[in-house]
Amino acid sequence: MLRRFRLEEPTSVAEVSELLGRFGDSAKIYAGGTELLLAMKEGLVQYERLVNIKGVTYLNEVKQNNGEVHIGALCTHRELENSPLVKEKLPALAKLEENVANVRVRQVGTLGGNLCFAEPHADPGTLLIALGAHLVAEKGDGKREVPAESFFVDAYETALEPDEVLTRIIVPVPAQPSGICYMKFGYLERPSVGLAVAVKLNSGKTAIDDIKIAVGCAGPAPKRVAEAEAFLKGKSVDEATRTIPEAGETAGRASQAISDLHGAQDYKEHIVQVLLKRSFQNALSQCT
Amino acid sequence: MAMTTLRHSDLQTLPISFTLNGKLQELDVEPHELLLDVIRDRLGLTGAKRSCDVQVCGACTLLVDGRPVSACTTLAFEVRGRSVMTIEGLAENGKLHPLQQAFIEHGGFQCGFCTPGMILAAKALLDQNPHPTEEELKHFMHGNICRCTGYKKIIESIMAAAKNISEATH
Repeated sequence: MLRRFRLEEPTSVAEVSELLGRFGDSAKIYAGGTELLLAMKEGLVQYERLVNIKGVTYLNEVKQNNGEVHIGALCTHRELENSPLVKEKLPALAKLEENVANVRVRQVGTLGGNLCFAEPHADPGTLLIALGAHLVAEKGDGKREVPAESFFVDAYETALEPDEVLTRIIVPVPAQPSGICYMKFGYLERPSVGLAVAVKLNSGKTAIDDIKIAVGCAGPAPKRVAEAEAFLKGKSVDEATRTIPEAGETAGRASQAISDLHGAQDYKEHIVQVLLKRSFQNALSQCT
Repeated sequence: MAMTTLRHSDLQTLPISFTLNGKLQELDVEPHELLLDVIRDRLGLTGAKRSCDVQVCGACTLLVDGRPVSACTTLAFEVRGRSVMTIEGLAENGKLHPLQQAFIEHGGFQCGFCTPGMILAAKALLDQNPHPTEEELKHFMHGNICRCTGYKKIIESIMAAAKNISEATH
């Protein structure tokens, strides 16, 4: 049962920002509603006003811009899973989107909404961190870029200011030879652990030139596990493959896993280790 | 969290029009009204069911512009200018849709509670992918839950319907 609220229907980002600034905590942006409406139905949050952002038409485009893919915040999961550009340039993201929740959620749920709601057991933030994505936040006439890895502050909390609007997600197209993989594991509707690896090899494909690893769902917010990255970076492919269980243990400890409905802390740390091994192998196999 | 109760003078109604099973509907809705309540309680079509209420089970599945949505978590105003199909609109002139026929012939339901959502989701799948593999079918349908059949007969029903539709159009 939803309580009454008023609906605002602005058509520009500036208007959205102005409404958020004017009504403060009593107003909330509404996009797909797949998470917000559930929390409102449960009575966990109440808003006097919802600001329907879907009238801002240009926020649902996917475009290529030099070496980057620019994704409008209002793109739905379904649009991204089927986008030819995303499939070609960021196949790991297309695959992740194809496996978000179920087809009805993907049909209306937006990438921007998913990131801004910052529900801990979500998929996209983790991969976007490993991909080195930047999120564009706008208000009035101001605009700034926030690296994905500093966007998530805590459970349900982001780096956005109260009157800022997430408008675009900028993802650099990975330089070759590289491999990207996102894997998740869970036994409830949402994942217990999600893990993303982005590995870049040297030109001879014998050593790890660079690697980014991010863990999501385990703790309150998705995060990079720099300790595990540092352990693997610079190693030969053979040595990295041999010592990946050790990297997995490090990643598990660094993931700041917490015990919750989706698993105990040590269980989640173990899953991190397993997923790192599998996704690292998968990412390496893409470096052809 | 700021919490206030809206005053009566703040009540907001939105005039919307949409087609429901091919017929134009015009009504006023409040922003917080859910599509499922409008369809069931105001328009009297009770095929779509409320069950989990959190977009997990699929019992409230409706098609909006041919795509499956959870009516339990869709604000009614969102269907303005769109075309909504419920299970009641699937049979044409008293003739069952091939999916309905196949669910009967292959025992694709027992209690029937999930069946309207199951059949509409399957229709959305076959409309965009007339010849799904079993894997594609399972992936598309995994958000529709049945607690009776064990799914085997549902999968058989949908695969049979796909075959029948494709034979009928060739």
